[in-house]
Amino acid sequence: MKRANEPVFWSLFGAGGVLSALLGPILILITGIVVPAGTGMPPDAMAYPRVLAFAQTWCGKAALLAVISLFLWHAVHRIYHSLHDLGIHAGAGAAAICYGFALVATLATAYLLIIIGF
Amino acid sequence: MADSTKTIEMEVLRYRPEQDAEPFYQTFSVPFADDWSVLQGLQYIKDDLDSSLSFRWSCRMAICGSCGYMIDGVPKLGCRTFLRHYYPHKVRVGPLENFPIERDLVVGIDDFIGKLESIKPYIIPREPRTLEQGEYLQTPAQRDRYEQYSSCINCLLCYAACPQYGLNPGFTGPAALALLHRYNADSRDEGWEARSEIVNAEDGVWRCMLVGYCSEVCPKGVDPAQAINQNKVNSTLDYFGVLKFLLPKGEAK
Amino acid sequence: MSARKPYVRPMDGWWRRNPFFMRYMVREASAVFLAVYAVILLAGVYRLSQGAAAYEAWLAALRNPLAIVFHGIALLAVAYHAYTWWKVMPKTMPMLHVGGRRIPEITLSAVGWAAWLAASLIVYALVRGL
Repeated sequence: MKRANEPVFWSLFGAGGVLSALLGPILILITGIVVPAGTGMPPDAMAYPRVLAFAQTWCGKAALLAVISLFLWHAVHRIYHSLHDLGIHAGAGAAAICYGFALVATLATAYLLIIIGF
Repeated sequence: MADSTKTIEMEVLRYRPEQDAEPFYQTFSVPFADDWSVLQGLQYIKDDLDSSLSFRWSCRMAICGSCGYMIDGVPKLGCRTFLRHYYPHKVRVGPLENFPIERDLVVGIDDFIGKLESIKPYIIPREPRTLEQGEYLQTPAQRDRYEQYSSCINCLLCYAACPQYGLNPGFTGPAALALLHRYNADSRDEGWEARSEIVNAEDGVWRCMLVGYCSEVCPKGVDPAQAINQNKVNSTLDYFGVLKFLLPKGEAK
Repeated sequence: MSARKPYVRPMDGWWRRNPFFMRYMVREASAVFLAVYAVILLAGVYRLSQGAAAYEAWLAALRNPLAIVFHGIALLAVAYHAYTWWKVMPKTMPMLHVGGRRIPEITLSAVGWAAWLAASLIVYALVRGL
């Protein structure tokens, strides 16, 4: 029987799943609802200077990369397997698109975080 | 004794391969009694209304695993499901999902039997044991690690519940993988390597999407979902070559 | 000649036939919202790298009522993911026994849900600047 390479993607899926199961809702609430609505947070919570300073620390870079990258590795794994559940016979091509997207996004985020500076 | 004034409608799937192009539902009016199981209803139909109705059954006490059916769309044992739960509405009885229908409520289970045999359902010790060595010794704690998974009665409700098995008939499936884990988790067994090809395959643990319905419908509390998904961790450790450091004696965690 | 003619039923619409499967599909669908949110964050990092004006435009887009509505739905979806994640997490672990008794799965899930709450409070406090 053919050995599956699933462990690689499942590990990333799991890491992203844990991270998003801890931080997903609160981040969406803060960045997508509370701050844009203008109440419940100081007005400069997501202001450019503050966020830039954050993104220029190693801690901030690690946090941003982990969140964006792992959320995506988790999501694409689930989406890819759900295609099958929906009766879409997703083969290697679909896998390449899904996982490729997460890979490109990871590399792009890393690159952007580097050029943002220190 | 059934109360002759109360009846319940049972809609039962019929399929006679020699005369039917497709399955269809046939409605029977069956006497209702508080203590009648769905199986007893089917037996009444066969005894008194239509002797051609075909269905598997044996022990009538939820241990043989023969009388699995789809009852109102849910995989259940006929002997352990009671008409009073559905009365006064009608109850629909069909063959287990995800299996080919042979006749009426009888499904073809050859695929499952093959899978059960393939997982090496026997103790694989590190070395063959002689009679002089005496019996294996096992503590209650060691027994706890696999006893639950040994409770499987091969009723196939979990396969009927598993959409991944329906979508991919090649999937080894819940009961077979739970039994595989039963042996791996037994302290007398050191057969992880021998069974790893099945565990690590695409159609092994990796076909499971943790829908979890298998464990929900299992009448014996085997929890195949847990048997399979804890082995995703083992399979991952095996993939990266580190499992052998955690299991020096070849048994599964 | 065998009279057998096994009938194979189609799988179309399998998940619509049972509420358990509907909930499973909702759980899986949450991934779409998580992916879109991650892309929104990635866009934010990109705008951040382009300077203050570009980043301000990203913040302004987030203030659009449609964006807020999207995030509201995404919040529900990802919260459902989080809830179900910790609910099934014990299935990925071996049985745990303490003093001869099994630790119930709901206890393990409760630890996960508690961690979710704690992490949320910590993040909220950090962003608020406490």
